[in-house]
Amino acid sequence: MRVQPASGTSVMVFTFLVAGLLQLLPMPASLSVGRPLWIEMVLVFWILALPQRVGVFTGFVAGLLTDVLLGQVLGVYGIALALLAYLTLSSYTRLRVYGALQQSIAVFLLLGVGAFAVHIFKSSLGQNTLSPLATLLPVLVSAILWRPMLNILRVIQVRFMVR
Amino acid sequence: MRALCCIPSTPSEATIKGLYSRSLKPVYRLLLVALLSFVLMFVDHRTDQLKQVRWVVSHAVAPLHYVAHLPTASLNWGEQQTKSRRQLINENASMSRQLLVLQQRVQKLAVLEAENARLRQLLNSAAELETKVSTAQIIGIDPDPSRQEVVVNKGTNEKAYVGQAVLDAKGLIGQVVEVGSSFARVLLITDSSHALSVQINRNGVRAILAGTGQVDKLRLLYVPTTADVQEGDLLVSTGLDQRYPPGYPVAKVVAVHVEPGDPYMTVEAMPTAEIDKVSHVLMVAQEEGEE
Repeated sequence: MRVQPASGTSVMVFTFLVAGLLQLLPMPASLSVGRPLWIEMVLVFWILALPQRVGVFTGFVAGLLTDVLLGQVLGVYGIALALLAYLTLSSYTRLRVYGALQQSIAVFLLLGVGAFAVHIFKSSLGQNTLSPLATLLPVLVSAILWRPMLNILRVIQVRFMVR
Repeated sequence: MRALCCIPSTPSEATIKGLYSRSLKPVYRLLLVALLSFVLMFVDHRTDQLKQVRWVVSHAVAPLHYVAHLPTASLNWGEQQTKSRRQLINENASMSRQLLVLQQRVQKLAVLEAENARLRQLLNSAAELETKVSTAQIIGIDPDPSRQEVVVNKGTNEKAYVGQAVLDAKGLIGQVVEVGSSFARVLLITDSSHALSVQINRNGVRAILAGTGQVDKLRLLYVPTTADVQEGDLLVSTGLDQRYPPGYPVAKVVAVHVEPGDPYMTVEAMPTAEIDKVSHVLMVAQEEGEE
């Protein structure tokens, strides 16, 4: 069996940075409540695409950067994204063969677990959080945006030959 | 199989990879990472040990804050560039009028300040601290709607420090809670974890003003029902909290509600600063506060 050499790491890092940027972009308060979970979506995509390369550690590192980016206590997003990466990694074979709607629903569930993990850790650190139901709104928006996002990222992956 | 994702890999390849190329199973990786996260969370939340790490990593992410601010900045710039001559003339005229009024007030202020210092000397109380003010621009707003924080473009390079008071032309906005080399994170007075000591300008009654998490609402805590608080009262900082300089306007009381049987009354206030509208803020450095 031929092992493909890994390539396109910089492109992958770039997509994470753009996701971080989108996470920061100023938005009106009314829209900001439903801001999609960009970093989480990019993470799930790369795990589905390259489960051999991207995994729990990548999720952890992306999470730590998110923590610094958002001024959050270090480790909150770290553990949440690592958990999300683990769950995605253990179900990627099924996720890949799902139809569009089914896959979006699965992504909704995955991101929902991640969002609740963040919620739990934030409130256990004594921070003021939104109600659990409001926490799900960004997850729902992300699930709706999942298919377009997947197509865009796939084009990027093929174009820049990320393996 | 219409939704096959990306580059298909045969199951056998994945299995073999899973068996040999991974040194650790994902479960163990997750456990390891979870352990690490808990330690990080504990250390970061309870101690200041990770401040240095944060400071180093913040260099990597600070450019993102600046890039995220670009659309707003360029829009502002475009607006400036396309202003008509008439608009500029009008603006200029109104500004010079304003300047004249302010200058007249400053004239009086110098005399008053000197008088105040003399009186303080007579009373044998410490002279008020000199304050240095520098301006900063807001370059980012916390994307988390449950937190009220902004990022400004002044950091340790410009002598910003944790605990520094931040205000706009009309009143207090918040305090610096984290500094990088070229940015600082400001906790707003409206954040639900924020409180400061204030007094009513009219009669000097002191109370604690706490944020609610809403941008236009603050609450006075533990005000006895017998206290003299009225709608429209101006609340100014006392400086007793050792963070904010005394004498700056903070909020105006908008509603006073007494519930019969309750030992305390509910007092709602609105910040005098236009917290959700400002783009430039003032950072006040107290001589004493610098470490």
